[in-house]
Amino acid sequence: MANQALGAPRLPGPQPVAKPEVMAARRADAEPLIKAGSSHVSDGLFHVAMLACGVCVLALVGLIVYELIAKSGLSWHAFGWKFFFRSDWDPVNEQFGAWPFVYGTVVSSILALILAVPLALGVAVFITEMSPRWLKGALAFTTELLAAIPSVIYGLWAIFVLVPLLRQYLEPFLGRFFGWTGLFEGTPYGIGMLAAGMILAIMVVPIVSSITREVMTAVPQQQREAVLALGATRWEMIRTGVLRNARAGILGAIILGLGRALGETMAVTMVIGNRPEIARSLFAPGYTMASVIANEFSEATGNTYLSALVEIGLALFLVTIIVNILAQVLVWSVTRGMPARGHV
Amino acid sequence: MSDSTKSGLTPVSLWRRSVNALATLAAAGAVILVLMPLIAIFGYLVYRGIGALNWDFLTQTPKPVGEAGGGMANAIGGTALILLIASCIGVPIGIGAGIYLAEYGRNRFGDLIRFTADVLNGVPSIVIGIVAYGIVVIAQGHFSALAGGVALAIMMIPTITRATEEMLLLVPQTIREAAYGLGVSRWRTTLSITLRTATSGVITGVMLAFARVAGETAPLLFTAFGNQYWNWKINQPTAALSLQVFTYAISPFDEWHRQAWAGALILILLIVLSVSAVRLAASRGMLKGTS
Repeated sequence: MANQALGAPRLPGPQPVAKPEVMAARRADAEPLIKAGSSHVSDGLFHVAMLACGVCVLALVGLIVYELIAKSGLSWHAFGWKFFFRSDWDPVNEQFGAWPFVYGTVVSSILALILAVPLALGVAVFITEMSPRWLKGALAFTTELLAAIPSVIYGLWAIFVLVPLLRQYLEPFLGRFFGWTGLFEGTPYGIGMLAAGMILAIMVVPIVSSITREVMTAVPQQQREAVLALGATRWEMIRTGVLRNARAGILGAIILGLGRALGETMAVTMVIGNRPEIARSLFAPGYTMASVIANEFSEATGNTYLSALVEIGLALFLVTIIVNILAQVLVWSVTRGMPARGHV
Repeated sequence: MSDSTKSGLTPVSLWRRSVNALATLAAAGAVILVLMPLIAIFGYLVYRGIGALNWDFLTQTPKPVGEAGGGMANAIGGTALILLIASCIGVPIGIGAGIYLAEYGRNRFGDLIRFTADVLNGVPSIVIGIVAYGIVVIAQGHFSALAGGVALAIMMIPTITRATEEMLLLVPQTIREAAYGLGVSRWRTTLSITLRTATSGVITGVMLAFARVAGETAPLLFTAFGNQYWNWKINQPTAALSLQVFTYAISPFDEWHRQAWAGALILILLIVLSVSAVRLAASRGMLKGTS
């Protein structure tokens, strides 16, 4: 870090050298890398070009914010804050309320986290603390492979494998034994909120577990040795020495998973049923903010309709940004001071 | 732990030992539960995909509903076209921004860009699609491969930027100083010495970004839009493998379902190959010749 903090040396650049005959003679056989004096302009140009690329990143985010705000103005003026709390979605009469989508997004994401977090923590604990060394790399690679599968393939698999399984086995089972909670009643279609939550859970696990692993690795080895020296079993060491020290970062990992679940589009769109209704039962179809944009954006006729969809996009953007920043801060609180390393 | 009983220390109580064993079992169980869908997904992809994969699939365009046969050749070409456009836009800007952050960005402004890149990384892909629609599709008046490429380029940039920065920072400062000492100008040092040294790491970052966007569907829905025919023009609607898989998967036709699996298999092969190539490169050492 000390090197980096110093930055590039503050050398004044190559000094114009008085050219004695010896130098001139040597130049004839070996072309020098630069000609003296020319580097000032080219260095400046290079700096400006790289700066332009950096500014591009800023400009892109600015552009996203501008586009979303400008294009959603119509709907904002028509409905105001109430837009997010109205539940009528009626393109024909140009009445738009986003509540069913907000509800669907929140419920499916929370369901996904409930299912994914224990599994992801288990995986992270196993890989960092318990697994034999030869298995470590392979397990880390396979769980990260889950993150590399495109959303649309999750969706495809969910439609043809997960949904039939839910319809035939899991949903009738849940309905019979837990129907009294009201969460699992009605016809088991397969397609619906539960399917969306489950596929989201599968997609969120690799993110949560890989960040958790990173955070747990950042806990100093001495902590583990100290707890073990006090006579703790391995699990007690993990619980008191590792998990407790890493809890802020683990919370960050979970919130990062939430961010991913909120913005996830394709897989959810393919299995959630796409009906703007609010039902207590998880068997019922629903709709999410991302999937309503995916389904209706290219067919939206009328400016208010389009504008309402963009406003949903704006809300999604703001929520995911806030969630991601919060998560990032929490993760940094544990891993700061660690040298930068590649996340592959 | 079992040593403590032998050595005369207080034996670990049965309760604590069983909690320990239970926790280990639970963690191992979690791993198995997580691996199950992974195996199931790959298993089904290969099982259903290979069955539907044939020469026609790779060389023909889609047939109308009801006719058997046909393929996704135009979608494979379309994906290649969109990814090419995205890479042409995203890779130079991403690497440039990475160079800026590593070589000039050790200050407040650099931190701002770093933070913005992280924000951009977390923007849902569907929102990127809306923006690409707003800046390209509306300006052009119709859906196009260019719009799809722009959307994917926006998604590639933050990944490439942060990877490039990290890799350049790994290059020892002494190497730069050696170059300066020889009178090499700063830009030449950055390009021919620093970036050159970090090449394999930067390529890793680019491939990761590539793999990430190769399967993206949501930002293409209303930018590239899809097409039943061949298209090589960048200002025309273009088919893409991921879009085609989506359309076929939610259709009610068995023949299309079969083709969706085959398309998904091709898509995953593309991604897994590039990720494994990255893994291989990474395990060979990110930075050759610097240690």
